Amino acid sequence: MELNRRKILGLGAGTVAFVSLSGVPVFASLTDDAIVAMTGGADVTEGGIDLTAPEIAENGNTVPIAVSAPGAVEIALFAAGNPTPAVATFKFGPLAGARAGSTRIRLAKTQDVIAVAKMEDGTFRRASATVKVTIGGCGG
Amino acid sequence: MASGVKPRVKVPKTAAAGEVITIKTLISHKMESGQRKDDDGNLIPRSIINRFTVDFNGQNVIDVTIEPAVSTNPFFEFEATVPEAGEFQFTWYDDDGSVYETSKKIAIG
Repeated sequence: MELNRRKILGLGAGTVAFVSLSGVPVFASLTDDAIVAMTGGADVTEGGIDLTAPEIAENGNTVPIAVSAPGAVEIALFAAGNPTPAVATFKFGPLAGARAGSTRIRLAKTQDVIAVAKMEDGTFRRASATVKVTIGGCGG
Repeated sequence: MASGVKPRVKVPKTAAAGEVITIKTLISHKMESGQRKDDDGNLIPRSIINRFTVDFNGQNVIDVTIEPAVSTNPFFEFEATVPEAGEFQFTWYDDDGSVYETSKKIAIG
């Protein structure tokens, strides 16, 4: 096979694409595992839940996140790109005024934040938002 | 970490019966994630608040499970229904077994 400049460049690009792709599923499966642990494998539908997150977070150490889902009994937050995806779980009691909560979280890098809500009828809803992080928030 | 932990909560002094109010809470805590390393490269062990609950006159309002991904000085904002005059009880549970508590009275008016 004749190796010219174009082929070598193509090969290089392919390798980079492979490496970056192979990095993603590791985190994706961790997050999926965490979600399955919560839902027990039930179907999760999009919508019916409102996730408010900044598009760009300058400091990943404290990113304000608000979530609300009318009719939810429980809302869990996951950060797909953190070393451990679980962030926090809100469980609502009889005196909860709204099925909503907000907090500040750490994000290690630019990633998707995912909210999964367990509804009163036992179904699950999800929403996600991508947050760009300029400075990561996990130390090291 | 039992020192320097100071809970702060913001609750209106009065509310109409059945009104939904917004409560903000903050507790000073370093929330060591267990991911960071010290100058010698050793992992700093995890030390966080792992649970936060709010009750009103013995009935639960919200129960939050907290993981290391929640920021230093964990802040929470949420809403609560006030059926009658009474007292909100806020409780934070530390990894080291410490429990931090504070309470706020609210009147109907």
